[in-house]
Amino acid sequence: MSQDSVWIRIAACENIPLLEGRVTVVRGRQIAIFNVGDRFLAVENRCPHRGGPLAEGIVFGTTVVCPLHARKIDLQTGTVADPSNSLPCVSTFPTRVVDGIVELQFCLNELEKQPLPDDVAPRDRPIRWVQRKSSAPISAPSEVL
Amino acid sequence: MEKLIVVGNGMAGIGCVEQILKYARKFEITLFGDETHLNYNRILLSSVLAGEKSADEIVLNSLEWYEKNDIELRLGVRIVEVDPVQKTVAGDDGSITSFDKLLLATGSNALIPPMEGTDKKGVYVFRNLDDTRALLDCSRSGAKAIVIGGGLLGLEAARGLQVQGCEVTVVHLMDRLMERQLDLAGGSYLKARMECMGVQVLLNHNTKAILGAEKASGIQFADGTELEADFVVVAAGIRPNVELGRKAGLTVRRAIVVNDQMQTSNPDIFAVGECVEHNGVCYGLVAPLLEQGKVLAATITGHTGANYEGTVPAAKLKIMGVEVFSAGEIGENTPGNDIVRFEDPALGIYKRLTLRENRLVGVILVGDTSDSHRYLNWLQLKQDLTEARRHLLFPQPAGDSGFDVAAVPDSKVICGCHGVSKGSIIRAIQERGLSTLGQVKECTRASTGCGSCTELCQQLLKAVVPATQGEEKKLLCRCVPISEEQLREIVRSQRIRSVQEVLNIYGNGLGCEACKPALSYMMDVVWCGEHKEDRSARFVNDRVHANIQKDGTFSVVPRIRGGVTSPEELRRIADVAEKYKVPMVKITGSQRIDLLGVQKADLPKIWAELGMPSGQAYTKGVRMVKTCVGTDFCRFGVQDSTSAGIELERRFENLFTPHKLKMGAVGCPRNCAEATVKDIGLLGQEGSWQVVVGGAAGKKVRKADLLVTVESTEEALQTAALFFQYYRENANYLERTYDFVERVGIERVRRETVYAPLALQQGLRERLRKSKASSRDAWLEGDEPLHPTQFVQIEPIERLAG
Repeated sequence: MSQDSVWIRIAACENIPLLEGRVTVVRGRQIAIFNVGDRFLAVENRCPHRGGPLAEGIVFGTTVVCPLHARKIDLQTGTVADPSNSLPCVSTFPTRVVDGIVELQFCLNELEKQPLPDDVAPRDRPIRWVQRKSSAPISAPSEVL
Repeated sequence: MEKLIVVGNGMAGIGCVEQILKYARKFEITLFGDETHLNYNRILLSSVLAGEKSADEIVLNSLEWYEKNDIELRLGVRIVEVDPVQKTVAGDDGSITSFDKLLLATGSNALIPPMEGTDKKGVYVFRNLDDTRALLDCSRSGAKAIVIGGGLLGLEAARGLQVQGCEVTVVHLMDRLMERQLDLAGGSYLKARMECMGVQVLLNHNTKAILGAEKASGIQFADGTELEADFVVVAAGIRPNVELGRKAGLTVRRAIVVNDQMQTSNPDIFAVGECVEHNGVCYGLVAPLLEQGKVLAATITGHTGANYEGTVPAAKLKIMGVEVFSAGEIGENTPGNDIVRFEDPALGIYKRLTLRENRLVGVILVGDTSDSHRYLNWLQLKQDLTEARRHLLFPQPAGDSGFDVAAVPDSKVICGCHGVSKGSIIRAIQERGLSTLGQVKECTRASTGCGSCTELCQQLLKAVVPATQGEEKKLLCRCVPISEEQLREIVRSQRIRSVQEVLNIYGNGLGCEACKPALSYMMDVVWCGEHKEDRSARFVNDRVHANIQKDGTFSVVPRIRGGVTSPEELRRIADVAEKYKVPMVKITGSQRIDLLGVQKADLPKIWAELGMPSGQAYTKGVRMVKTCVGTDFCRFGVQDSTSAGIELERRFENLFTPHKLKMGAVGCPRNCAEATVKDIGLLGQEGSWQVVVGGAAGKKVRKADLLVTVESTEEALQTAALFFQYYRENANYLERTYDFVERVGIERVRRETVYAPLALQQGLRERLRKSKASSRDAWLEGDEPLHPTQFVQIEPIERLAG
């Protein structure tokens, strides 16, 4: 296992303010890193409910609240508190701080086999123009669920 | 008539005189007080220090009271000699006054423990009004203060100073705070609470000396370590004032010894209060003084049969947010004692009851003292609790809210500070038709002292007044179970300036996505935007000043005041939309233009290139004013609604409100801009404006209520401003004006805005002016982000190889 996993230096601690989250992209995968006061916690930046960007959520204790529909995610375990109790967990990533730098641990095999639709950085995503003449209904970008 | 001299114009002396006056007049009374103040409520000095009350507000007996009762008042005269044979007293002004009966109510002084340097400048005590004033004078923001002593008084002084802006450290000799009232666990809960508020606590620290040349600069501990300070307050306890007792030849041990009739060893001399020792016990609390005063009054007026049997010691810490109550034995874990405990570390609640043979002998409450009266009652009545054992720690489960007051006899004193009984409160309610706590306070003075009986008075009101007070206060949140109205008052009076501080002191320390934004707003409105905002407590929209969309992109709505734009602006908007490939450009329902689907990282660039201010379409704030074309082009317009609307928008823009706030201005009754369904609407008509409020055309449709009709446009704008600020200050978070106006009632809204006394109106205007002055266009943060990574993703320092 240790052979297949690797620590990657991400950012200086002060880049992630207290009780806020920030996004980083590793191998095309969006990861939200949170400063919960005594440590940093990292999860995949995608709410299993409707794909909300977790990094933008309000944090209390070790819980983040998705900004779209207020699903509560435990940042330590990735579990989602959901009324229907049917949502899968969010992937979590081990973190550590070395010399004031937040580091994330990745399992190499895991990364290889998970090319997600979001792998394309948001900036390069094709833009759908909605023209006045177009009668096509406006559909949301790929939604999971 | 016999001459009675009372030495001491404090709560004990006056409390006793008040009792004496209840009997047939027997004495000519002369009263000496060495302080120059009228009798005031010493218990509330901490409230004066904390800025919650003014010195005038704690006066108990006005000058008229002394005159009306024919009491000769000699303030500023210290009695220095007593001659028990000649029966005279000598004052420090040289006066000699003779008496038939003498009452000593000399109270106590601050105890100064033996240590070096206590005579230096910058060393204070905290016993009387002058001490309090001196402390207020030297406290300033950032000053370092040390309070020596972690008892009731020391902690109250510490919190008061901290509210005044000082950095306070409490230094205590013992292993826990309030060791005379608390066990070790209770003490640690209290310590945690104090530290949450920002008061540092050092236990097991023996202060050896006060350092400094002429003026105190710090203290030194017995182990040689030192602690810096700008001033030092010694609050290590009290020492009964017994000098006069000695001079009068009375038996004095720790204090002047009295018997069960409150007589000293000389039958013509009596003593009451903190300067006496009864059955080997000295009391430093208010309830015993009043009980002693009653017995003394009976004895001195020649009535027999009254006995003082001692008082169960009960103490309450008077710091808002730090609830501590202790009565009876602290509760040693000895055989025969049953200890019943409840703890909730997250909420900081600790309760400990000590029972012996099924009777309560001691109670400690930290963090929740709402049941203190019930426990004190059990304690005093030595009630058999066999039946109640299953719910000792929780209120009666029967759901009978009147139970607690019903269990109290009419003669029982509810307000210990003013000696007001249950019966007299009920009579006042019935005879004078009282229905609010404020009226009860005014008429009976109950609950105007330390406030610990407020809950009981309220229950009494509820039980006696026919169901008028139906309004249940909505609590903010499970995390902070207090109503917003009460919280605003707390935040204001305690000068709390951060969300986290409210959560630490009054909540579970964490908060949630519901209460954090609500508290953020509360900080903003109470401090008129002059506090430091904690962005982590805000919803994402208020962190990046744009409205988050379902795919995680944002929408951008520039401010177009009154919906009036120009070709240049439109061209810039078009250019920006093309350059950043904005997926959708839409005219909104509010006469604005919305750019949808913008990436977060593009926001600052787009704002800069638009060169327009934020339209605040993403926040609970001033959205827009929708206008019609008014008089400029319209054939029917009778008022210049376009200019009025633009000006209205200009005056309120950039401000936060409890919920989003939409406005409208129309130039004639045709109402083309639909101002009658806006939160605030200006309806132009021939020669005047109607200002309407509380309209809605959303989830709910509601026609706005007429607030008032005014003649000039400026008056209309000023009136709108009154309502605007009134709503900002009084609505609950996420309460739209249409709910707010319905809850409060439009009559009351008028009464408290347009018909309010001028001073109140000016207050509203002044606070609005302050808020406006400290507000700014949120999009300016595009150029100067609050945080370097506010709008950008983090680029990993290191790339993953392969």
